[in-house]
Amino acid sequence: MSGANDPYDPKQVAALSAEALDAAVAQARQAFAGAGDLDALAAVRPAHLGDRAPVLLARRELGALPPAARSDAGKRVNAARVAVTDAYAARLAELEAERDARVLAEERVDVTLPWDRTPRGARHPLTTLTDRIADIFVGMGYEVADGPELEAEWLNFDALNIGRDHPARTMMDTFFVAGGPGWETDSGLVLRTHTSPVQARTMLSRTPPIYVVAPGRVYRTDELDATHTPVFHQVEGLAVDRGLTMAHLRGTLDHLARSLFGADAVTRWRPSYFPFTEPSAEFDVWFPEHRDGPRWVEWGGCGMVNPRVLVACGIDPEEYSGFAFGVGIERALQFRSGVGDMRDIVEGDVRFTSAFGVDQ
Amino acid sequence: MRVPIGWLAEHVDLPAGLTVEDLDTAFVRLGLEVEEIHRPAVVTGPLVVGRVLGIEELTGFKKPIRYCQVDVGEDAPRGIVCGARNFAVDDTVVVALPGAVLPGGFEIAARTTYDHVSDGMICSVRELGVGEDHAGILVLGDDAPPPGTPAGPLVGLDDVVVELAVTPDRGYCLSMRGIAREMGTGLAVDWRDPGALTPPAWSGEPAWTVTVEDADRCDRFSMIALEGLDPTAPSPWWMRRRLGQSGVRSISLAVDVTNYVMLELGQPMHAFDRAAVTGPIVVRRARAGERLTTLDGADRALDADDLLITDGTGPIGLAAVMGGASTEIGDGTTDVLLEAAHWEPTGVARTARRHRLPSEAAKRFERGVDPEMTMVALARAAALLARYGGARVVGVPVDVDTRGPRPVIGLDAGLPARVAGVPYPPAQVTELLAAVGCAVDGDGTTLAVTPPPWRPDLTDPADLVEEVVRLAGYDDVPSVLPTAPPGSGLTDRQRRRRAVGRALAEAGYVEAPSYPFVGPAVLDALGLAADDPRRDVVLVRNPLSEEEPALRTTLLPGLLATLARNLSRGQRDVALFEHGAVFPGGERSPAPLPGVDRRPDDETLAALLGAVPVQPWHVAAALSGAREPRGWWGPGRPAVWADAVQAARLVAAAAGVELTVRAGERAPWHPGRCAELTVGDRVVGHAGELHPRVCAALDLPARTSVMELDVDALPAATVAVGPRISAFPPVLLDLALVVGDDVPAAEVDAALRAGAGELLESLRLFDLYTGPPVPAGSRSLAYALTLRAPDRTLTSEEATAVRDAALAAAAERTGAVLRA
Repeated sequence: MSGANDPYDPKQVAALSAEALDAAVAQARQAFAGAGDLDALAAVRPAHLGDRAPVLLARRELGALPPAARSDAGKRVNAARVAVTDAYAARLAELEAERDARVLAEERVDVTLPWDRTPRGARHPLTTLTDRIADIFVGMGYEVADGPELEAEWLNFDALNIGRDHPARTMMDTFFVAGGPGWETDSGLVLRTHTSPVQARTMLSRTPPIYVVAPGRVYRTDELDATHTPVFHQVEGLAVDRGLTMAHLRGTLDHLARSLFGADAVTRWRPSYFPFTEPSAEFDVWFPEHRDGPRWVEWGGCGMVNPRVLVACGIDPEEYSGFAFGVGIERALQFRSGVGDMRDIVEGDVRFTSAFGVDQ
Repeated sequence: MRVPIGWLAEHVDLPAGLTVEDLDTAFVRLGLEVEEIHRPAVVTGPLVVGRVLGIEELTGFKKPIRYCQVDVGEDAPRGIVCGARNFAVDDTVVVALPGAVLPGGFEIAARTTYDHVSDGMICSVRELGVGEDHAGILVLGDDAPPPGTPAGPLVGLDDVVVELAVTPDRGYCLSMRGIAREMGTGLAVDWRDPGALTPPAWSGEPAWTVTVEDADRCDRFSMIALEGLDPTAPSPWWMRRRLGQSGVRSISLAVDVTNYVMLELGQPMHAFDRAAVTGPIVVRRARAGERLTTLDGADRALDADDLLITDGTGPIGLAAVMGGASTEIGDGTTDVLLEAAHWEPTGVARTARRHRLPSEAAKRFERGVDPEMTMVALARAAALLARYGGARVVGVPVDVDTRGPRPVIGLDAGLPARVAGVPYPPAQVTELLAAVGCAVDGDGTTLAVTPPPWRPDLTDPADLVEEVVRLAGYDDVPSVLPTAPPGSGLTDRQRRRRAVGRALAEAGYVEAPSYPFVGPAVLDALGLAADDPRRDVVLVRNPLSEEEPALRTTLLPGLLATLARNLSRGQRDVALFEHGAVFPGGERSPAPLPGVDRRPDDETLAALLGAVPVQPWHVAAALSGAREPRGWWGPGRPAVWADAVQAARLVAAAAGVELTVRAGERAPWHPGRCAELTVGDRVVGHAGELHPRVCAALDLPARTSVMELDVDALPAATVAVGPRISAFPPVLLDLALVVGDDVPAAEVDAALRAGAGELLESLRLFDLYTGPPVPAGSRSLAYALTLRAPDRTLTSEEATAVRDAALAAAAERTGAVLRA
């Protein structure tokens, strides 16, 4: 080995010979290959890549060469250094991969273990189905109208052409509300028997064109059993505009049916009677996915708004016409989700409701 | 309305090969809902008409037995043993021959009994499965067909009965006459109107003296007198059969005839025992204090609005609803006064409702009866009573008729097309209205339509439009989606209600809507004080249960009942929520009932809307058991008061509102574990653990926790302002403070925030400790603070200054000291 200021002596720079460099590389490769793990590799590294490793010492000798010899030797030294570095990196990668494979395997867990630490909640299917129906109409440009469950008798009946002594009024099985401290005094209030009073409220407070749906809870004096409940839900629809016809009503109901029950759903009408619509119909929906096979299912009532109702609500029937419809949410839930017993819908058993989830 | 198809076929030429399903479809298309189809019991094998030729009374057995010779249309009579005795020689009966199988799989065979070979069976109504009458065998009467005729059709075995639900506008369909008209039109076949009958020209004195004092409520009153009725004469079998099929019990010939004619023509009638009627008949309103014992035996106090049929003794009938007991047809009645009248519908409705008497007659009068039918019905009934009871008409019938002209409706012939969206030519409009029975005049564009007398429901052009569209067929209406103007989506209030429900559901609560009916018992169980405003309830006049006559003023009763129901069904860890309206009571003025001929004036409308109480939208949650279940990760975490408070915070957050929590005291909460929830100065709800006594009273586990919040009381959410996000590094500090036990954490929190100022990014309580070395009577609260500046990296001097300021503020406001 030569000091930096020593004069050049070719015999003393044997370290730069091709043979010496090849030997150093070979030794390094052997040493790296012989290292069985990362610690062993780290232990042999200084000998081959450290400050005193042969290839690095050889580099220092370069200065001692005459400029003519320096270029060749430099290339050789550099190639040797790269070869050692590469050999080290390759072995390091190999050993790291081995280690990772081993350690990560040791860290394996049973990913099938449950982690239901936060119980799941649910919205009631009546709520989500109501929202869904409302959204279908909102998508058509309708607005959602609200009305109170405890309602003025006039709005629930009279304004809808259901006169005081009309049989339809007694057939409604109405819950009447006491006026004051005495039981029998008349309050002029009832628990609404249908969502139709929202029609009257809407027409009394807006001017046409009117396109609204009114979902809500309604009441009839039926005892709870497998098919009846005294408290149930409807969605009412009302459109009042120039030139509306029964064809528009059918188009609207068909759209609703397709949106809820599939592309093949359509509606079928049967003549019926509601004092607040004329003509009136009850309608069935063709439900291809019924659990007992495709079939017609009775769903709701509809018709053209009776001109008398328009008059009572201050809308000129000569200028405007309207259609209205109402559907039962419990009914829709029963056939859409195959619910056999009404009591399961109303009793609030978490097993029932949880099956429906949050249903966005 | 039950329609026996055999009866219908008498008036309508039903097409050959028409099936029950075809009929069903035709009824439905006409707007007559088919509720049920009653098919007759199945009888197979030979069932024939027989005539009894001889009866041999057998003796020596435990009961009397007859051995009969019966002509069944064969060469020789058959010998048949029979235990019944209600028939005689020459009577026509129904015989099941060997090989017949009666309902219930009862096989008939020739067999030896009571020492004789019985070669068949003489049948009773019950054995044939056509009725419940088993008093004896079925005697057909003298108008029966000859022996050997198949008896199946005769006893109604081939008769299907279709039960229809008739809507209240179509009273005329509560008769065979109306159904025949509908089906004739609907099936496009010939039909005959059983009401097209001309009464005979009677002569003599008027049958009775009748005065109608209230012509507004009775515009036609007809009466006929009959004498010589055989009170023992039975109703003919065919009539009894049809009454039975129609669901009407057979009583006596006179009563059966009035019922039969009512079913046939739709005209209710009443038969008085003429011998029991004293003096002139007056139709008038009831007077104060008058009473009437009706046919059902009820002694009724009459209202001044009740319309009566009276004689010299006072009331003898509740007009249009039910007759009186004093003039009832009895076993010995031979002379009869038959009444058929036309009564004003709403008055009938009031009386029927007032006396809770929804009789068949009242049902028809309420819905409208053809006033043309009174004399026709009397003539028809008189003919039947003459034919089967030997009765004869005496004198001329009374007919007090004060009807005005029938109204004429002007109809634009193009209106049906404009309403339906279907092009009906004017000729079709006219034709269909004529099929309904309307008289139609006009030039083709403007029609003058006179509805038939049996259609009082047809009053407006819209009613006529419905008839046109209905008869043309609703299936013709095409499907066209209208274009609504653009809407603005859900309102903030509607969005908020949805957000609240979703937030709770996603936090693990299950929605459980309940009925809003409550009673005093549950309000007591909740421990509400006598003057608690939640006891000020709205009462239902006709509740389903006398125990729950009121509407809820809080959601808790229903929610806790649902919780208890779930627990009783084996659930242990339950978290529920409900949102919905509550109904506070309070003094109110009654809602007005304005007319409907125009929009109520603004003042009336305001009074009307103002009379409807505000019904706030509440949300409530309840938890019991574990909020987080135990698992392989370790033990569960029980639901506690804090979960209820957090549920309220969640709701407020979903509503875009910040809730302030402070200690409160309110039933039904535990007085030391009740959070009062406020927004600004307003209390909007409460949350915490239920009072132990409430848990005990409602059979709920201890520590059940609940919250209830008035969603409508929450202020509108403001539009959120986006914060400026600093990318400079934070300074993280922990502070442990010792404060007195009585200092709420919220106050320490607020003091730290105030003291720290704008450089405080977040503050979080991460530990709470009591016990040594913290002095008794105080506790240690440990907070993690994140400080950050928007525009620079904080220096340690700045961080220390913030820390010192926060500490100083906490010390000053809450007495907090830094924990040693």
